[in-house]
Amino acid sequence: MNQTSRFAPYLYVAPLVALLLFVFGYPLIRIFEFSFKMVRGIDGPWIGLRNYELVLNQPLFWESVQHNLLLLLAVPFMVVWSLLIAVVLYERLKGWKLYRVVLFLPYILAIPIIAVIMKKLFQFNGPVNEVLRWIGLDFLALDWIGSSDVALWTVMMLIIWRESALGIILFLARMLSLDESLMEAARLEGANWWQRVWHVILPQMKVVMEFYIVTSIITILSAVFAYVYMIGGGRGGPGTSTMVVELYIFNALIRTSLPGIASAVSVMLFLVSLLLIVPLFAARRRANEEETA
Amino acid sequence: MRGGMAVKRQHGVRVKPDQVLKHGILIVATLIALTPTLFMILTSLKSQQEYIFNKVGFPQELVLDHFRSVLFESDFVAWMANSVILAAGAVALSTVVSCLGAYAIARMQFRGRGLLFSISTSLMAIPPVVMIVPLFVLYTQLSLISTYEGAILIYAGLITPFSVYLLTSFFRTLPRELFEAARIDGAGDLLILIKIVIPLSLPALLTLVVVNALYVWNDLLIAIIFLQDDAKRTLMAGISVFQGRYNDQIPLTMAGMVFASAPMIILYLAFQKHYIQGLMAGSVK
Repeated sequence: MNQTSRFAPYLYVAPLVALLLFVFGYPLIRIFEFSFKMVRGIDGPWIGLRNYELVLNQPLFWESVQHNLLLLLAVPFMVVWSLLIAVVLYERLKGWKLYRVVLFLPYILAIPIIAVIMKKLFQFNGPVNEVLRWIGLDFLALDWIGSSDVALWTVMMLIIWRESALGIILFLARMLSLDESLMEAARLEGANWWQRVWHVILPQMKVVMEFYIVTSIITILSAVFAYVYMIGGGRGGPGTSTMVVELYIFNALIRTSLPGIASAVSVMLFLVSLLLIVPLFAARRRANEEETA
Repeated sequence: MRGGMAVKRQHGVRVKPDQVLKHGILIVATLIALTPTLFMILTSLKSQQEYIFNKVGFPQELVLDHFRSVLFESDFVAWMANSVILAAGAVALSTVVSCLGAYAIARMQFRGRGLLFSISTSLMAIPPVVMIVPLFVLYTQLSLISTYEGAILIYAGLITPFSVYLLTSFFRTLPRELFEAARIDGAGDLLILIKIVIPLSLPALLTLVVVNALYVWNDLLIAIIFLQDDAKRTLMAGISVFQGRYNDQIPLTMAGMVFASAPMIILYLAFQKHYIQGLMAGSVK
């Protein structure tokens, strides 16, 4: 301690604090202010709760919210699929490391790239429908991208496809850190594979599952912009069928130049993410404790 | 399943049915994970005419023209250069700032240390879209829209909470004796950081660089809002334009996608371990 002056630590953290204040602090204060103002250009008069009233009375806003909530249906599929794959990978069959590398690939590819490929794959006259017709599943050959009844489900499928890769890696990592002797004991007592999975592995996966579920909820409520922007042709289409809250903010800010409206929605989304931070950090803390225990 | 049969043959008759089932599950999952990539690569090698009647199979004749078109007749190279500049700039800035900050948080005593770390860590879970409105208004006012500096600053900020979290956790694991010995030799904090801590933290730093570079490279939201000028367009923003322009030329579009995804796939295969470790360190991205 003799060499360190009392102020030295503050010099070290000063750039960090400045950067975080600029990119997070400043905007998070300003969205509250803007949300009560009629902003034209860079500022405007206070108008109380008018922005909120406007947003909350607009059917398109509620439709966007509803779409985000519907997309949450992806979460159970993601959890079950990733768990299944992770459990099988944990068997460490021949070549499991190679499988692992490939199974994580969806998470590496950028969402815009994946979305473009999927759009071509799922075109009405595209390869997926061609294969479905070959094998006699004509009724499944839907207009995946172009129909307003189906497009949101296509987006959801894409989300499941990509975000499950993260689940597989997280779950597998947890399994590999488990105490092998418990599995061995169960095996010696004659438990079959299924019983070992159900009674020995799964109970120990609770915490990492919690963490993955909360993370996925945050992603789906607030980080699906790239999926929807690419699949829905930049406008949440066809019609408004893939409109989500992020795109609503984007449109209000960029297309209709109404920063006040965009801020009111940002404030609401921020408050929702604050609500989710508490369970996220509780889950992360428990996951860390489990790892060190 | 064809794969299941192959397994059976390989191991002879000793293979139990549940082994076949497990391999079957992995093969199906692998096919699902790999199909888009395979479709992209195979289609990029077909001619426009061939794709019309052969959408699923292997190309009958390899056509490399599309790659030439992408390389020389589109703006792909310029978009990529922009993405490289942004990723390099943001990662460099964030790494320097985070190293200094994380060192102080992990190794120095000061008031507000715990608070700073908690706040910084919580920021990982704040969606970037929440921050864009005031930054956009401010940037318009300061004429920072469509500038590298402006976008680099935002990207650096967005990736910094994760960097601080990862580096602080890593710095805390370094043995205390190391610091004490260096201090007895008369080394100051900055010297300890540069000469001892950073060289010992290279694996963590590599993880950080890979994860953060991919984040910036893959981002679409910030790119289309803050870099609207054609000359500053990033690869991901460029792709959204590109796919609209060549809507019907699917093999050409796919050649573009091969080109755009190659750096990520190479980076992943080369630094696979670091990337996966980085994500497991608790990233929310």
